[in-house]
Amino acid sequence: MSLDRAAREKLVRALAESMIEHADELTSLDQAIGDGDHGLNMKRGFEAVLATLPGLADKSLPEMLKTIGMTLVMKVGGASGPLVGTFFMEFGKALPEQPVRADLVAATEKAINAVKARGRSDAGQKTLLDVLVPVQIVFAEGGDAKAIAAEAVQAADRTTPMLAIRGRASFLGERSIGHMDPGSRSASLLIRAAVATIEFEENS
Amino acid sequence: MKSSNSGNVGIVIVSHSPKIAEGAADMVRQMVGDVVPLAWTGGDIEGGLGTNVAEIVEAIETAWSPAGVAILVDLGGAETNSEMAVEMLTEDRRARVVICNAPVVEGAVIAATESSGGSSLAAVKRSAEEFYA
Repeated sequence: MSLDRAAREKLVRALAESMIEHADELTSLDQAIGDGDHGLNMKRGFEAVLATLPGLADKSLPEMLKTIGMTLVMKVGGASGPLVGTFFMEFGKALPEQPVRADLVAATEKAINAVKARGRSDAGQKTLLDVLVPVQIVFAEGGDAKAIAAEAVQAADRTTPMLAIRGRASFLGERSIGHMDPGSRSASLLIRAAVATIEFEENS
Repeated sequence: MKSSNSGNVGIVIVSHSPKIAEGAADMVRQMVGDVVPLAWTGGDIEGGLGTNVAEIVEAIETAWSPAGVAILVDLGGAETNSEMAVEMLTEDRRARVVICNAPVVEGAVIAATESSGGSSLAAVKRSAEEFYA
């Protein structure tokens, strides 16, 4: 897989648009079980990422991902800044400049492990890891863009009946049950946006 | 953010709310005066409730002491962002910064009191954490 400059810019725009378009939805999910700032925080972070275009897309894919991660860490503000930012930073660090699929699988796995370490969490605690971990399995097993996107959506849905163990929602105890985790929703939106762009490029 | 130069452990207060951070810092100052390097930060980059990494890094620099810096945080994001900020420090400084698992107001006052007596970074952290243990 190689993403040329235009494809890299398209990827960044797709990621950012997914967060900007869904900011209100993410905020209302977060109002139910968190502090209600997730939509706004992610929107602010990705607007800051957009502001680094076109220069951002001039960078190689690994460097671009690291820069996106650092921008999110500095601009998002909530706990999701360091978590999502760490994913992008570690993903970029682990990638060669011209990655093949196996490189992407290995790099996303490293990035997910870094998110686990940063949040001292794992799948099953009603966090973005409940999307990242199952999607990674589908990806590693050879799933195509459609299968990955479908798993991302379903995995976010599966957080609804879960009890929150980590993050602000854990303060609510059993009242966190019955609401989708906002961080899982944003992770699924980002994954969906990413694979839609990349597959489009590969087929064109 | 204010600081003072001394060999005592520095204290950094990180809250989602700048008012809480500033108020806790006022309480620390009342207890220990100027003998403890102290800095506070709160709010996201737009001034709303939240925390931000760049300001936490700045607060650590402000409260820097050769004896190290103890950080007191409130809720999850403050802790995660503080950990991120610590990682951005130079390696020799990183080893001399700790995040205390203690309530932000009480922890800050106790940590600063311990620091004002010249205690080590480990002792400052332990005192703050023992309060609710």
